Amino acid sequence: MKLRIHVTLKPGVLDPQGKAIEHALAGLGFQGVAGARVGKLIELDVAEGTSDAEVDSMCRQLLANTVIENYRVERA
Amino acid sequence: MKTAVIVFPGSNCDRDIAVALERVTGRAPAMVWHRDTELPEGVGLVAVPGGFSYGDYLRSGAMAARSPIMRAVASGAERGLPVLGVCNGFQVLTEAGLLPGALMRNAGLNFVCRDVTLAVDNAQSAFTRRYAAGERVVFPVAHHDGNYVADADTLDRLEGEGRVAFRYAEPVNGSARDIAGVLSAQGNVLGLMPHPERRVEPAHGGDDGRRLFEGLLEVVGA
Repeated sequence: MKLRIHVTLKPGVLDPQGKAIEHALAGLGFQGVAGARVGKLIELDVAEGTSDAEVDSMCRQLLANTVIENYRVERA
Repeated sequence: MKTAVIVFPGSNCDRDIAVALERVTGRAPAMVWHRDTELPEGVGLVAVPGGFSYGDYLRSGAMAARSPIMRAVASGAERGLPVLGVCNGFQVLTEAGLLPGALMRNAGLNFVCRDVTLAVDNAQSAFTRRYAAGERVVFPVAHHDGNYVADADTLDRLEGEGRVAFRYAEPVNGSARDIAGVLSAQGNVLGLMPHPERRVEPAHGGDDGRRLFEGLLEVVGA
């Protein structure tokens, strides 16, 4: 079973990389980019029947740092 | 004082901190591999060194924080064992939940490698007792992810409880409230981005870092 875990910075956490991307896009002449945030996409191949609770636990214990990040699980 | 230095794949300041500990305590520390599950008997201080454990994969310190030895470090910390995390060690301690907050990419995105001036914020802890409150000291920094982040409530609590050990006295990495080093609630765990172990003798350009280890030695005992 394939899962895609989207890890994103929590709103309000400053993202220096996102800021740099925003500025670089403006530098390339793209107007109207009001914000950029950098996150991660983690693809997992897990055993069939892996429970939501178990996947949630994987995210909390390792894949995301919940001090600064949110996560969302997508079943592919 | 018997000490231990945890070694992860990718640690690179383990030798620096081992040399500093040996200079101050007169005994070479035990070098403890990350796969070990127990700390050596009678250890009075655990150092989690700087470096790039696991190549900073996923997040700086994330993998190291989940390695077997960190369970022993966490249970020692709970019992009051002094634990010092420097640079990547600080990142590991926050990832392990032994210290609050997180260390993000430096605000300027640059790797910062230079001497910086710090102000001692709390001079009462086991780590800072040989300094004066407000004293300026110079320690080197060498990091890419030193930008300390925590929510406003946590920052207020840290400041209110005297848990900010050191602050940057100059702009370095964008850290919230210029925090360079934080203490645990019990005060026996310190994490800081600057490297006191690289400032322990005049040949290093100064010895401001030495008193951190000397203070610990006084508290823990020879």
